[in-house]
Amino acid sequence: MNAPVKSVTLDGNQTGFATTRLEAVLGWARKYSLFKYPFVTACCGMEFMSLASPRFDHSRFGAEAPRFSPRQSDLLWVIGTISQRQAPVLKRIYEQMMEPKWVLGFGTCASSGGFYDNYTTVPGIDKIIPCDVYIPGCPPRPEAVLDGLMLLQDKIARGDRTPAIVKPRFDPVQGYQSDLVQLRTRRTDGSPEGGAK
Amino acid sequence: MSSAVLKRLQEVFGAAIVETHSQWGDDTAVVETARWLPIATFLRDDAACAFEMLSDLTAVDYPDREPRFEVVIHLLSLSKGHRIRIKTRVGDAEGDGAIVDTLCGVWLAANWAEREAFDMFGINFRAHPDLRRILMYPEFVGFPLRKDYPADRAQPLVPYRTAEEAGLTIDKVAPFGPLEGMSFARNDWTKPEL
Repeated sequence: MNAPVKSVTLDGNQTGFATTRLEAVLGWARKYSLFKYPFVTACCGMEFMSLASPRFDHSRFGAEAPRFSPRQSDLLWVIGTISQRQAPVLKRIYEQMMEPKWVLGFGTCASSGGFYDNYTTVPGIDKIIPCDVYIPGCPPRPEAVLDGLMLLQDKIARGDRTPAIVKPRFDPVQGYQSDLVQLRTRRTDGSPEGGAK
Repeated sequence: MSSAVLKRLQEVFGAAIVETHSQWGDDTAVVETARWLPIATFLRDDAACAFEMLSDLTAVDYPDREPRFEVVIHLLSLSKGHRIRIKTRVGDAEGDGAIVDTLCGVWLAANWAEREAFDMFGINFRAHPDLRRILMYPEFVGFPLRKDYPADRAQPLVPYRTAEEAGLTIDKVAPFGPLEGMSFARNDWTKPEL
């Protein structure tokens, strides 16, 4: 995927051309022109407003234009708790969106049902529709949402259409440890406990 | 405060008032289910009571008691500035036979509140104009706020359906049909419910 890029600066009256793959161009264009459909059902909507307002400003990522018709949008933001009664509506909204389309689960309730374990709440939107990126938090900080948005942009640029799965932080197959986990080391010489390794 | 109202209720209805108590300015009367509607009508129309507003109608489940449910109304008199709480007890241990007269003819606000009590507790309101579930979907089995409903039991997801497929006429689709909702809308509220 990541072929080495050779860049040449043209000056004067030189002319030139660049070659790439069609999918790469399409992915690049798509990731900076996300038309969102905000499916706001709960308190996460407040955090979404702060995300859209100038301080955090997700229009920097080309994702600010809302379309309140699913037929004109390609990114479904599911923001808030989805109830059992609402689930068929959310599914229908997703089905009405044009391909290619992506789904972003905003907050714990949309991702997993949150602390609701009862008769009325869907335990995560992935029970109904495929979800590309989950953003945890109750509600998530705007920085977390922007991180999720950038993860989605990476995914679009890669052309990756697989639904997200939540990976464990330590993957024994890869031997990979996320540096998000901060391990504390215990000193044996009696000095105060060490910081993050 | 309005213990006068309790006194007046006991004068007029006598043994139909099962018990009363008043504490910290809150007055409560438990009444016989059979006299539910006349008592409500009296409370609205009597000049000394004048409860023009139904603040709330709900129910409480006491699984150890028989009758099991209490239907509770909270009333407010806008002109007199006093409040009262009226309860009645219905339903056997299995929750069957929980039937109360509807108060829709007394306060229009009772319509949706009674639908909610029906939806959550399975209490039937006799002669209610439109007793359907209001929060849950029609396919839902059971009554979720009864104490014997398992707290974590979810039910299968239902497919999407249009209003026609659900058997609803277009004026019954939530939220605002012509007769559901707000008294300040441009409806003729003097006409009986359709």
